[in-house]
Amino acid sequence: MKIKAATLKEFLGFLLLRLCMLCVALIIVVIFYDIISKGWGSISWEFLTQPPVDGMTKGGIFPAIVGTFFVAVITAVLSVPLGMGCAIYLNEYAKDNVLTRFIRLSIRNLSGVPSIVYGLFGVALFVEACHFGTSILAAGCTLGLMTLPLTITSSEEALKTVPRAYREGALALGATKWQAIRSNVLPYSVPGMLTGTILGLSRAAGETAPILFTGAAFFLPDIPNSIFSQFMALPYHLYIMSTQHHNIALVRPIAYGTALVLIVLIFLMNLVAIIIRYRLRKRGIVHG
Amino acid sequence: MTMKRQLKEKLIEWFFLLNGILVILILGGIFILLLKNALPAFREVSLKDFVISPIWNPDAYDKPTYGLLPMLVSSLMVTVGALIVAIPLGIGTAAYMSDVARPRVREIVKPLVEILAGIPSVVVGFLGIVLVGPFITHLTGARNGLNALNGSILLAVMALPTIISLSEDALASVPRAYEEASLALGANKWQTVVRVKIPAAASGILAACMLGMGRAIGETMTVLMATGNAAAFPNSFLGPVKTMTSTIAIELGEVAYYTTHFYMLFAVGLILFIITFIINVISDIVFHKHTRAQL
Repeated sequence: MKIKAATLKEFLGFLLLRLCMLCVALIIVVIFYDIISKGWGSISWEFLTQPPVDGMTKGGIFPAIVGTFFVAVITAVLSVPLGMGCAIYLNEYAKDNVLTRFIRLSIRNLSGVPSIVYGLFGVALFVEACHFGTSILAAGCTLGLMTLPLTITSSEEALKTVPRAYREGALALGATKWQAIRSNVLPYSVPGMLTGTILGLSRAAGETAPILFTGAAFFLPDIPNSIFSQFMALPYHLYIMSTQHHNIALVRPIAYGTALVLIVLIFLMNLVAIIIRYRLRKRGIVHG
Repeated sequence: MTMKRQLKEKLIEWFFLLNGILVILILGGIFILLLKNALPAFREVSLKDFVISPIWNPDAYDKPTYGLLPMLVSSLMVTVGALIVAIPLGIGTAAYMSDVARPRVREIVKPLVEILAGIPSVVVGFLGIVLVGPFITHLTGARNGLNALNGSILLAVMALPTIISLSEDALASVPRAYEEASLALGANKWQTVVRVKIPAAASGILAACMLGMGRAIGETMTVLMATGNAAAFPNSFLGPVKTMTSTIAIELGEVAYYTTHFYMLFAVGLILFIITFIINVISDIVFHKHTRAQL
């Protein structure tokens, strides 16, 4: 009798855990179903290649797509070299001392700083102190700093997968430390770093709070022509279309279309990263 | 020649060292810039009023008041609400994936959770407006679906991926011998999960929940879009609230730069920075206790 009670409890307990999992899966399915089913109708060639017209009630989202792309370029230019440099230091040079622990603690804390605080920092440093104004440059730099922790962590992961023997082989042949890193470590870890970079950029492309005050614009008729111009961005456009527009009900299909384009873009970037990782694994360079 | 080569090597090492130190400088720089832009606010408003005044009304005609309390309480309210939903759901899902699910189910659910982590907060906020809001109105008869409850639900969704993946890692790192010893002593799988594995992974799970909390309290777009943003002191989960993050997001766009109001928004940002910093450091300590316990 007692054994039966325990078995019943086990059955109910596992049922409860299964329900938790199904609930999470349901949330994800509902999110995608809603956006895809209601956003699909808005997508057309015109939607992707035309600017908004008639007080943003018609037309497309082309300038927002381009703006997001431009900002991502600046983000990459800032965060990739800095992230790789820091990762090289941590994995190749750093000794286990107080300074190294401080750097690691800082990285973990930077990744926990709220995005709106990065926005404030961007306003104070890039927009005001550096006189970039509200621009692609200021927004890109802000997002670059925000994605830095992610770039560092994934670059370090990539460096860790290169076997010790590669370094030792070069050193044994008389190469200096830097020569060993340059010829025997970096070539094998660059594709892995690339994966991390793409993931970081996909995060940055979806961020809204850091660009609210550093350069995103409500509406611009033209494509930005310099890094000091303001820009339209997909996530900001979705925010505008769902809360700030004068006729929110009318532009709801545009909002759904923008949301769909945004998540498809992010999904594609993730897919590319996953494919690169998969091909590396097949080639046997990345273990695990 | 060797001298030159050694010098070059040293320079390269210093270059990368500088690169590493830069991270500390950025974190310090954020703190200092926030502090520098926050301090002038207290030339006109006393720190005491900032902390204890129950009203935030920068646009008042006669005397603007800057009370932190209403937005601090709002932020804590939506965060606690989110954790009440996300912690049981997250730990349950993690336990299911690590101890119950067949490998094929896990292969499907794990990427799904990663995809959820990649959904931008603005998209989640949008769904709060078009899906969760009307649903709440329908269910509770509240006048406005954009309220604290809505924000809590959305923040739970945002915090779930962090809690699930890190809790699952913690459960997976419990040595197999613990599980085998428990099963050998006659405990069934459920008793093993609840009384052996979860307690053994407790500090890792706690760290996961704290990181989820840090994410929730700093989340901006979802609460900005879904909580209604009324500046009054929050009194119910079915009423609108205005969190610290949404206050900054709304008012920094309207404020004249270098006024008391502008500096005040940096003061709010500084408080937010300090709160998340403390949460991160504590979860870091808890987590290291966890990894040390494993050795």
